[in-house]
Amino acid sequence: MPEFETSGSTASPRPFSSYELDAAYDEMFTADGVARPHYAALYDRLLSLPTDELQRRAQAAELSFLNQGITFTVYGREQGTERIIPHDLLPRLIPGSEWAIVERGLAQRITALNLFLKDVYHDGRILAAGVVPRALIYSCRHYRREMRGLRVPHDIYVSVVGTDLVRLPDGRFAVLEDNLRVPSGVSYMLTNRQVLRHVFPRLFRNSGVRPIDHYGQALLATLRKLAPAGTSDPTIVLLTPGVYNSAYFEHTYLARQMGIELVEGRDLLVHDDVVYMRTTAGLRRVDVIYRRVDDDFIDPLVFRPDSILGVAGLFNAYRTGNVALANAIGTGIADDKALYAYVPAIIRYYLGEEPILPNVETYLLNDESQRRYVLEHLDQLVVKAVGESGGYGMLIGPHSTAEQREEFRQRIIAEPRNYIAQPTLALSRAPCFIYGQFEARHVDLRPYILFSGEAMLVPGGLTRVALERGSLVVNSSQGGGSKDTWVVDQ
Amino acid sequence: MLSRVASSLYWMSRYLERVEHSARVIDVNLVLMLDQAPADADLRWHRLLRSLAVSLPESVAAEPAKIVQTLMFDRDTPQSIIAMLALARSNAREVRNQLSTEMWEQINRLYLEVSSAAIDDVWDGQTHALFRRIKEGAQLFHGITEATMRQDEGWQFVQVGRFLERAEATITLLQSYFGERNTTDLESFDGDYLDQVSLLKSRTAFEAYCQVYTADLQPDRIAGFLLLSAKFPHSVRFTVDRIQGALQTIAEQTSARKNGQIDRSAGKMRATLDYAQIDEIMAGDLLLFLGDVQRQLRQLHALLQETYFQPPIQAILAS
Repeated sequence: MPEFETSGSTASPRPFSSYELDAAYDEMFTADGVARPHYAALYDRLLSLPTDELQRRAQAAELSFLNQGITFTVYGREQGTERIIPHDLLPRLIPGSEWAIVERGLAQRITALNLFLKDVYHDGRILAAGVVPRALIYSCRHYRREMRGLRVPHDIYVSVVGTDLVRLPDGRFAVLEDNLRVPSGVSYMLTNRQVLRHVFPRLFRNSGVRPIDHYGQALLATLRKLAPAGTSDPTIVLLTPGVYNSAYFEHTYLARQMGIELVEGRDLLVHDDVVYMRTTAGLRRVDVIYRRVDDDFIDPLVFRPDSILGVAGLFNAYRTGNVALANAIGTGIADDKALYAYVPAIIRYYLGEEPILPNVETYLLNDESQRRYVLEHLDQLVVKAVGESGGYGMLIGPHSTAEQREEFRQRIIAEPRNYIAQPTLALSRAPCFIYGQFEARHVDLRPYILFSGEAMLVPGGLTRVALERGSLVVNSSQGGGSKDTWVVDQ
Repeated sequence: MLSRVASSLYWMSRYLERVEHSARVIDVNLVLMLDQAPADADLRWHRLLRSLAVSLPESVAAEPAKIVQTLMFDRDTPQSIIAMLALARSNAREVRNQLSTEMWEQINRLYLEVSSAAIDDVWDGQTHALFRRIKEGAQLFHGITEATMRQDEGWQFVQVGRFLERAEATITLLQSYFGERNTTDLESFDGDYLDQVSLLKSRTAFEAYCQVYTADLQPDRIAGFLLLSAKFPHSVRFTVDRIQGALQTIAEQTSARKNGQIDRSAGKMRATLDYAQIDEIMAGDLLLFLGDVQRQLRQLHALLQETYFQPPIQAILAS
């Protein structure tokens, strides 16, 4: 196998000539520049393909995304500006042995968080035991008083989850963030795969890639499980905010994969606590709603009264048990970034097990000594607003200006509960095909978990890439892209 | 089927049919005008606009280059090809999960192609090629629909939208050609071979007409062919046949509703066209006849709206 210096100065294979290894964990190469065993086949294939052939395939892939209309909407510009999500040609590979750990770790985590949600909205045992401070729950913006004492079908609060993982410097996966409200991106995972299968057919065939195409079917089964008792053939719909939502492509894609109706708020009406959709043949009853509309907007009578995306009366129908929602309302309490610090304790409390996947070290800013430490080290830490997602409301210390740090300092002092801090992670890096060369870029991993009493993962996930050199922000709203993710059995 | 979905499918199809029609009419006229003196051409531009039911500001209408540019690429003119194509696509996008992937990709590709075509294409000899791609793109969409979409209720709404638009377009076209002159005095039209050819070609009917009547062009035969032919896909009678058939299937599949009125209206229009004779129409008042059919088509649209697309809430809860 050809080797090359980390400085890139010797006769290294041409396409990798500018590929640099640094302190961060590299997905493809070991520290001494040898391809890891599960990457060997891809590495050989890349060396055998001329760069212009790769360029051609990259363009074909891009065109395919554009023609399929796989776009997301960019906010803050003219309404309805569509962009294709930047896509990197090279797959990210995860060996089956590592995946087994991820799978067990996430199943454990979701099981515990689900028990936690039930507890918080009913008996509050964990609060009484002092494992999680009461104040943290009641000060959370996503806590829904309306859910107290309300039984949800089979006690399943979160059916669909996307959890963000990163590698620690030693290569272990750690959880960076849970997404328990309306996680998105799964359609990119599925379409990346469809496109890449055409781009690298031979490599694909020979790599032992585990399939992910059954996700739609599994999601449907998960939703079906929630149907009110006595409905043998439940009507399941996907509720979308509409074409201007950034994830609209995903909503249509999933509805089509499952063969269920894609509805908007205006297609539904509630009459005598039963939800109906308006059809050309009159009203038709709806039993389960996979809603991709946030809690705040789902019912103007109960939550935000100015919402036009929701359905008036939906919450009453939900309370009566005439309709099931996935995910349940109020799950945002469990992905609050301050609560995140307590998840290991939550796992120990409910399951009596040690967490399989570690957390990233987190400083809680309403603790005085931790806050003092954070304020003194703002230039080294990442500060995040607890209720935000999508990479908004973040300070990345090492890449920040003195002004930005001062701004965050003021904000933290004013509202310590609203922020957390974490060490700046050197996210692992993976090779990307950029302007005809292979270059290392930071990546994370978002696997998708379905929970219907027990957890189920399709082997893969969305690998998000920070396409700008050196950048650590992988969110698509902030210039991130994605890669196909292959779980391979060697 | 969701009411909103039925409505979007219908509009998607209507807009796309109209895109195809506009591309054809403009193309036919551009080609024929190459053979004409400038004075004649002026009249023809006005008729072109009338036959597409477009009115443009005087500053634009005075300059042929501006007319073509506006009709093709001006997003602020609702009847321009790009604006209608954008609407067809956005309706398709609203019901993306009801369309086959192939259908969506075709309409998306067509939209992207026309969006990126520069205006320079128009006068550098490529006009014809672009119009041709637009027409073919729309036809390909219908072919793909035929081959990949389940022929259920949604498909029927696609048919209704397409044929209603086509029927209206033929009527408007006939009105603009025959409306210019006193129908009892057909002398001038009789003599104008180019006009007659352009009318027929605007409906892809020139070759079909010749197969039936030879190249001997006669105004009453042309009107008869475009209105009453049972076999020609752009004739009003043919399209109304299809509309009625599709509406009947929809009524059967949504039996919960009372569709008596739609049924009667469509059936009546079909009967009118099935038993009409062109000599009688020409002997009477052609324009009056055309106006009457147009009114019935519009009434049908209104009935679709209140029966399927946006029924009043009291009506739904009562049924």
